[in-house]
Amino acid sequence: MEFTQLSLYDQAILLLAAIVLFTSFIMLAQPRIVPLIHAFAWQGVLLAVTTALVAYVTNNPHLYISAGLNLALKALLIPWMLHRLAVRLNIHRDMEVVKYPSLTLLAGASLVVFSYYVAIPIVQLSALVTRNAIAISIAVILLGMLLMITRKKAISQVIGFMSIENGLFFAAVVSTFGMPMVVELGVAFDVLVAAVLFGVFFFQMRESIDSLDVDRLNRLREVDE
Amino acid sequence: MIHWLLALAQTLLFIAMAPFLLGWIKRVKCHMQNRAAPSLWQPYRDLGKLFRKHVVLAEQASWIFRSTPYIVFGATVVCAALVPLVAVDLPTAAIADVIVLVAFFSLARFFTALAGMDIGTAFGGMGSSRDMMIGALAEPVLLMAVFTLAMTASTTNLSEATTYTLNSGLVLRPSFIFAMLGLMMVAVAETGRVPVDNPATHLELTMVHEAMILEYSGRHLALIEWAGQIKLMIYMVLVANVFFPWGIATRLEANDLAVGLVAIAAKLVLLGVVLVTWETVMAKMRLFRVPQYLGFAFLLSLLGMLTHVVLETGG
Amino acid sequence: MSPLTLAYLALASALASGVLALGADRYPALLRYGSSILLGICGVFAVFAGAWALIDEAPTTDLLALGLPWLKWHLRLDPLSGFFFAVVGLLVFAISLFAPGYLREYIHPKNRQALSALGLFTGLFVLGMLLVLLADDAFVFMISWELMSVSSYFLVAYQHQHAANRRAAFLYLLMAHIGGLAILLGFGVLSGFGGGFTFGAMRAAELSATWASIAFALAFFGFGMKAGMVPLHAWLPEAHPVAPSHISALMSGVMLKVAIYGLIRVTYDLIGDIQWQWGLVLLIIGSTSTLLGVLYAMLQNNLKRLLAYSSIENIGIILSGLGLSMIFIGTGHKILGVIGLIAALYHILSHALFKGLLFLGAGTIAHATHEYDLNNMGGLIRRMPQTAVFFLIGCLSISGIPLLNGFISEWLTFQTALQAPVLESGVLRSIIPVAAAVLALSAALAAACFVKVYGVAFLGQARSRHAARAREVDVGMRAAMGLLAVLCVLFGIFPSTVISVIDAIPNLLLGAGPPSATARGWLWLTPISPKVASFSAPLVLVGILIFAFISYLLLRKRTVDIRRGHAWDCGFGSLNSRMQYTGTAFSMPIQRIFAPVWDLKEEIEETKNAAQPLHTEGMRHQLQALDRSWSRVYEPIGHLVLVAARRIGMIQTGSIHTYLAYSFFTLILLLWVVT
Repeated sequence: MEFTQLSLYDQAILLLAAIVLFTSFIMLAQPRIVPLIHAFAWQGVLLAVTTALVAYVTNNPHLYISAGLNLALKALLIPWMLHRLAVRLNIHRDMEVVKYPSLTLLAGASLVVFSYYVAIPIVQLSALVTRNAIAISIAVILLGMLLMITRKKAISQVIGFMSIENGLFFAAVVSTFGMPMVVELGVAFDVLVAAVLFGVFFFQMRESIDSLDVDRLNRLREVDE
Repeated sequence: MIHWLLALAQTLLFIAMAPFLLGWIKRVKCHMQNRAAPSLWQPYRDLGKLFRKHVVLAEQASWIFRSTPYIVFGATVVCAALVPLVAVDLPTAAIADVIVLVAFFSLARFFTALAGMDIGTAFGGMGSSRDMMIGALAEPVLLMAVFTLAMTASTTNLSEATTYTLNSGLVLRPSFIFAMLGLMMVAVAETGRVPVDNPATHLELTMVHEAMILEYSGRHLALIEWAGQIKLMIYMVLVANVFFPWGIATRLEANDLAVGLVAIAAKLVLLGVVLVTWETVMAKMRLFRVPQYLGFAFLLSLLGMLTHVVLETGG
Repeated sequence: MSPLTLAYLALASALASGVLALGADRYPALLRYGSSILLGICGVFAVFAGAWALIDEAPTTDLLALGLPWLKWHLRLDPLSGFFFAVVGLLVFAISLFAPGYLREYIHPKNRQALSALGLFTGLFVLGMLLVLLADDAFVFMISWELMSVSSYFLVAYQHQHAANRRAAFLYLLMAHIGGLAILLGFGVLSGFGGGFTFGAMRAAELSATWASIAFALAFFGFGMKAGMVPLHAWLPEAHPVAPSHISALMSGVMLKVAIYGLIRVTYDLIGDIQWQWGLVLLIIGSTSTLLGVLYAMLQNNLKRLLAYSSIENIGIILSGLGLSMIFIGTGHKILGVIGLIAALYHILSHALFKGLLFLGAGTIAHATHEYDLNNMGGLIRRMPQTAVFFLIGCLSISGIPLLNGFISEWLTFQTALQAPVLESGVLRSIIPVAAAVLALSAALAAACFVKVYGVAFLGQARSRHAARAREVDVGMRAAMGLLAVLCVLFGIFPSTVISVIDAIPNLLLGAGPPSATARGWLWLTPISPKVASFSAPLVLVGILIFAFISYLLLRKRTVDIRRGHAWDCGFGSLNSRMQYTGTAFSMPIQRIFAPVWDLKEEIEETKNAAQPLHTEGMRHQLQALDRSWSRVYEPIGHLVLVAARRIGMIQTGSIHTYLAYSFFTLILLLWVVT
């Protein structure tokens, strides 16, 4: 279907999907902790708006609840918790040097192309108006994993993990118009519990190895070479 | 024949209005920074003063130094002829496309850089070296934005591309939005505005463009300054008319042309305010942060191209 | 009288110029004037033969009874070889104008080498190149390829008293032969399926997709190594600077193109059935070569080495154009593939012209100032005004500035890349714009590089005594450069005329011509259609001239009002030439940004006075930018070869008993196999 023939709402959904991808790239390139958390929060907000729009266009009222849940959890609660954690650990002014930012950017772009390539057969099967966004959701998942790989600070890795979950949520919204409610609630609570556990874990980690750099976790090795 | 005369009239209007646009930008900037603003006609007075002054050349200046202002001015005016200002469908838009436009800017930059090196001082060399670096990094961004535009509109002819956007109606294309943002960031870099270069400074550590033209005086300097103003206007008209073409005249009749004139004037006024807000909010970056800035612009254009391939085609 | 007859005359003149030079040890004028005139005649014949073949559009073939009695030489002149013939001829003619003046310094008794060798091998080199273009069977091709390589080896090693030159020549010969081996194997595959060594038999051969890919890979490796694509390029920056400048012009301007001719001939003509994956490989390697070539060129201060790396960049552009063409042909869009091929051919022509011009310019500067290092030149625009103009045109052309020929080929390449949306594969549609962006980056970096070259060499103040005392060179050398410069400008302003002549080649190879390149007449260049993109170089030029002229007329004053004064020096006093930017300083921002590309070693030594420890009296700065491909590619391969050789060397024990045992066991094995 030609892009110009889509309704304005459909175009808006695709536009918001593109901006979600953009926030993923921003998170990849952002070296400072607090703006990273903010970018993650904005990704949550955009996802909530997109879900609400999909709910409006396809007449699926339960997606409004999904959108609200996502907004409350991903855009408000978890960023607030992470911010408070960063302040308590006194790392909110830290900067993390991103090695080779251009390489990371190119890797991200190749991942987007790869997700597109992977999504082609799915796109051809689906008849939904949002099917083009499936590739974007796969890309958000892969970019979240790339974020986890290229960062050393534990808090950036948490955000990468949450971003993967964002991508999964988005994929569910655009391909099957949401997951069953019970699954949604379960996943949401799991993520919340994970956030709390991470907080506890960080304090433990800092006490045992005196740093929040995950590369230093190799100090926990029992055997000395 | 009448079309060619209209095209010539449009070009002359373009180069005549460029100092006015700069006057407007300066005025808004002063208001925003709580300073007393000069009159809107001040750039004209400055150009007039420079044209009347005598020229002082350095002893070592060669013919390259002397002819560069004319070459730069000629190339920039030809670029102004290519951009649809008030009407589309004029024959001058077909004599070259947007890739040639970018290449002509490259011609102007080449000669200005040579003129900077001609005198044999460290200022000129420094300005030339920095400007060529910034220009080199800005090219792929520009090309990627052009690509995104051309892949959607299937043409690199600016007039045709504008007509295409006009005929599609109001479409929220993510690719266009990203490409436009990338183009705006590159426009700031290429025209030497904050945060890449400060057009008002004469301190050597912060100069890029000013360092290259430091030795120019009199009418040579007037031509180069005017060419700089035309270049800024070209970029702003590109952003305004290619991405938001509503109001531009599609037929060459009197009321359509009048509407087109009013439309472009309003769009330029608005864009001027946007530019000034950006300049006031951002601080000038040090030179080796500019690659990161342009890298971000490249990310935007790249995303524009990728979202075009992924989201807007296929299916 | 056919084009082939003219070609034979060209071959004969080249051979004659070589033979005549045999007497040059006694009579140097034979070399300077006799050989050069014969080379000039060869060039003229070659240009006419090539142009005739292009206009005629029909191939002419011949069977010469040279070589072995049952393996006669098949020769063929068709539009493709005619085009390259004309390119070679143009450059040879320019060299023949340049040589008399330039060779004067080789006759000087202080550095007297065997002049006969120089003249003989130049003639043989030109003969070899022309024969390669005429070859219609594998034997003639390989024989003339070898002739070309070996005679250029002797030319590269001409000043063999320096050990570095000998090493460079050895590396050149080694890589030429490895490439030649790959080409031979490629021909072997083709002839195995075709049942004969003639190109006609190979054309008719039916190859399966795998074997076609193997043949293409071998040909690509062999011809690519000769053309200088990354990572097989290491010989180029070593060999080209070392040869005499007019030979470097021939090597860079023409010999690299003969390698591309081989690639086009094998892929488009002999194999015929192009697969798009080959195009993708070509595009990726081409883009990489372009970017790395120009980045390495940026940090060079030796002018000829810089030009050699820049040749790598331009070969990358040609390969990218060919790659795009192959992608379109392989996916069924033949017309767009035609445009890609034309873009590549135009760049071949342009590069021969402007690289020849730049190398001749480097030779002129060396002749006048005895300097090759950019940091020792400066201010030459006042000492050598005409050379400065011609060199400027060369620098503008290579930077892709509009209204010169370099821009036309770049514009055509970008237009081809912009047709990517017709492809079905989304992956290809994403990769092609990124490759085009890399090309744009390289073009802009090339402009920066040549601003540095021209600015440091010609502008500013002289940085050494030699540069301050340079004098303009003689008429012949200037005429050669002027001819090439005029051609650069003409081919930039009248592209449609050139394309209407070149389109015989895609008609021959692909059976289709460009759709509407000259649809609106000779004034307009519209490769795909007027609505998609149109460019009228003559009209743009007229526009600029009118505006520049009008502004000049309006602004100039009757009385002399231009005053000369001192340049602004911040009030510190007299400026000297050490206060200018050097070449290294100019490329420093780009070096900082792209630092991982080179192997950088920087040393800064400050000498301080013991009495004033905070005050630096003197400083020594040394920057070495090494090619990473040496440490990543060549040294590991060399190491592997040595290790393997050592292992195999264990067979050689030196004891007679072992050797007798080898013979004994081989005999037993053979007897057993036979029964």
